[in-house]
Amino acid sequence: MAVKAAYENYSGPNRDAVENFHGNQLVYLGWDEHMMFPCAGVFPLPPQMPFGAIIKEVVPSAFSLHPDFASIDWGKVEWLLDGKSFNPTLDKSLEDNGVNHKSLIRMITPGLNGINNSGF
Amino acid sequence: MEQAKKMNMKEKYNAMTGDLAWDFSYKTEAEIFPLSDFEGIKIEDWSKWQDPFRLTMDAYWKYQGEKERKLYAVIDAFGQNNAHLGVTDARYINALKIFLTAVTPLEYGAHRGFAMTGRAFPGVGAQVASQMQSIDELRHAQTQLHTISQYNKYFDGLHDPFHMFDRVWYLSVPKSYFEDALSAGPFEFITAISFSFEYVLTNLLFMPFMSGAAYNGDMATVNFGFSAQSDESRHMTLGLEVIKFMLEQHPDNLPIIQRWIDKYFWRGYRLLGIVGMMMDYMLPKRVMSWKEGWEMYFEQNGKMLFDDLARYGITMPKFWEQSVEEKEHLTHQLWLTFYSYGHAAAFHTWIPDDSELDWLSEKYPNTFDKYYRPRLVYLREQEKLGKRFYNPSLPQLCQTCQIPMVYTDPKNPTKRVYRETIYNGDRFHFCSDACKEIFEHEPEKMSQAWLPPHQIFQGNCGGATIPDVLKHYHFTENDGGEFLHSRDNANWNLWKGLTPDEEAA
Amino acid sequence: MSEKMVFLALQDNEDARPIREAIEADNPLAVITQFPGVYKIDAPGRLVINRESVEERIGRAWNPQDIHLSLVTLSGNIDETEDYFALERT
Repeated sequence: MAVKAAYENYSGPNRDAVENFHGNQLVYLGWDEHMMFPCAGVFPLPPQMPFGAIIKEVVPSAFSLHPDFASIDWGKVEWLLDGKSFNPTLDKSLEDNGVNHKSLIRMITPGLNGINNSGF
Repeated sequence: MEQAKKMNMKEKYNAMTGDLAWDFSYKTEAEIFPLSDFEGIKIEDWSKWQDPFRLTMDAYWKYQGEKERKLYAVIDAFGQNNAHLGVTDARYINALKIFLTAVTPLEYGAHRGFAMTGRAFPGVGAQVASQMQSIDELRHAQTQLHTISQYNKYFDGLHDPFHMFDRVWYLSVPKSYFEDALSAGPFEFITAISFSFEYVLTNLLFMPFMSGAAYNGDMATVNFGFSAQSDESRHMTLGLEVIKFMLEQHPDNLPIIQRWIDKYFWRGYRLLGIVGMMMDYMLPKRVMSWKEGWEMYFEQNGKMLFDDLARYGITMPKFWEQSVEEKEHLTHQLWLTFYSYGHAAAFHTWIPDDSELDWLSEKYPNTFDKYYRPRLVYLREQEKLGKRFYNPSLPQLCQTCQIPMVYTDPKNPTKRVYRETIYNGDRFHFCSDACKEIFEHEPEKMSQAWLPPHQIFQGNCGGATIPDVLKHYHFTENDGGEFLHSRDNANWNLWKGLTPDEEAA
Repeated sequence: MSEKMVFLALQDNEDARPIREAIEADNPLAVITQFPGVYKIDAPGRLVINRESVEERIGRAWNPQDIHLSLVTLSGNIDETEDYFALERT
C-alpha cells in the first residue's frame, strides 16, 4: 500500500536512518517478566562494541534498580534478538552478532520473574 | 408597507448560508479547489449537503457571544475569590497540567485544520460548517489558556504549554495524532477529527473530565469545559453528517472512509488512554472509571452509532474488540509508566492512598488486586524507604502512536506486545497489530515520525543528558517528580493550614 | 438493550432547568442520570423538546436553537423545526 498524496512520487526522509546517530546505532533492550521497567529502553551504541559490554555496562545502567538484578545467573540468561532465540558471542561486536540498527534484544532470566514472581 | 413573510428555519438557513456563495467566472473549479479529489473521494453534488442544526451565521455569532460573556464572568469571579483554593486537593491540578499541555494545543490544531477544510471543500454548506468549527476551536484554545492561567499563578507545570507540546516526549502522542490528520487531505482530516474523534470518542474526553472538575471543586474548568462542550454537540453532528454525505455521494467512497475510520478510531483510542489515567488515578474525587466510561460511551453508544451507518456498509472500526479486552489493564499500566518516568514529566505522580486503591479494586475486580495493587504497594514502600523509583533509560516508542511500548497481551498481562516490520531496509517497532497496519498502509509518511528519544540521541533536543533535555523542554526543577516531594504539595499544605507531609520539599 | 437509544446531556444550571422539565413532561420514557454539573437524559427511539412546553415554563418566547447554550453532548439524528428539537434513532 502507499500513501495518497497531493502530488506524485511523494516521499520524505527516514528520520531515524542510522546515519543520523553520529556513528552509533540504536539498540532496544527489554527484560521479560519485569514490568517495573514498563517498556524496553533505547540506547545509542557503536556497532563495533562487543556484546559483552552490553552485559557489563548497558544492562546494569538500565535494570540494576530491580531487586532481582543481583541474583541473575549470567550463564543461564536466555536472549531473544528481534524475536528469535539467540546465543550471543560476548567478545564479538554487535554487528558480528547480528545486532543491527533498531534491533530489539530481550533478556529472559529463568527463575527470576519479578517481585514475588509477579512479573513486575 | 406590507411586511415580508417571515422565513421558516430551512429558508432562513438557505438564505443565510448557501446563498452567501457565488459562482466562478474566470477560473475552473479544479483550479480553485485543487485539494478536493486526490484522496479518491467522489462528490457528485455538493448541494445535497444538509446541516442538521441549520445554524445561520448571525445566530452563530449571537450564541457564541453569549457563551463568552457567561464564561468570562466566571473567570473573573474565580480570580477575585481565590477559587484555586477550592479544589479538593493539589494533586487534582496535575490533571489540568496534562489537559493544558496535551489537549489545548489540539484545539488550536483543530482551528487550523478546519480553516483548511473550509478553504478546500467546494461546497458552501461544508465551508460554512468548517468556518464555524474553526472559530469554535480557536475559542476553545483561548478560553482554556485564559482559564488555566488562573492556576498558573499558584502551581508549577502550567507555564509553557505550547513550547512543551512541540518538544516533550509524551506530548508527541497527541501532536503526532493531530499532525497525521492535518497533513492528510481535507476529507481524511474531517473524517479523523469530526467523525472518529468528535463523534465517536469525544464524550469520553469531556463528560468524565468536566464532570470530574465539577466534583473536585474546579469551578473555572467546569465552565470552560461546558462552554466548549456546547459547541461540541454541533461538531459531533457535523461528523455524522460528513460521513453520511460522503457515503451517499458515491459507492467508491466506502472502502476509503472505512479505512480512515479504522485508523483514527485506533489512534484516538490510544490517545485517550491518558484521559483514562486521569479518570482513574488523578481525580481525588472520582466520577466513573475508565472501564465504565468505555462501556457507556463506546461499547453501548458507539455500537449504536455504527448501527446507524450499517445501511451504508460501514462496520465497527477494526480492532475495536481489542480496546474492550484492554479496558481492565490500560489505565494501570499507563499510570505506572508515567510514575516511572515522573522525573521527566511536567506534572507530578504519586501512589494512590488506601481508600483510592480500594476504589480501583472495586472498579476492576478481575485485574487490580491480582496485578496492579501489589505493584503500587511495592513502589509506595520503596518511596517510604527513600528509594522513589524512576526508570533510568529512555523508552522504546511505538512508531505509530508514539506511546512507550508498554502494552501487554490482555490474555497474558505480564507479556509485552512487540510487533515489527521492515521498510526500505530499516526495522520499525509497534505496540499492536493496529499500529503496525496503520504504518504498513502509509510507510512513506509514518517512517518520518519524530520520535523524541531518537531525536535526543540525534542531538536535536538540547544535549545528551536528562537535565539538558528538560531545560530544552523549559521544565523547571519544580515541574515534575513525586507529588509528596513537590512544591505544589508544600504550598498547598501551607495555604490550607494542613500538617506538612514529612517528605514534602 | 434491544431498543435503539438516543441521549442528550445538559448543563445542570438554571437556564437548562425548564428544558429538563419540558423533557420530563413530554417524554415519559426518558431516564435522567445525574452527574456532577451535568445530567444525561436517555430515551428509546426519540427524545423531543417542544418550544411550547419550554415557553409555558419560562413565560416568554423561546427558540429551540437556544438549546445550544445548555447542550453538553448528544447522540442520535437531529430533527429540528421552529417548534421542536428532537433526536431520533429508528
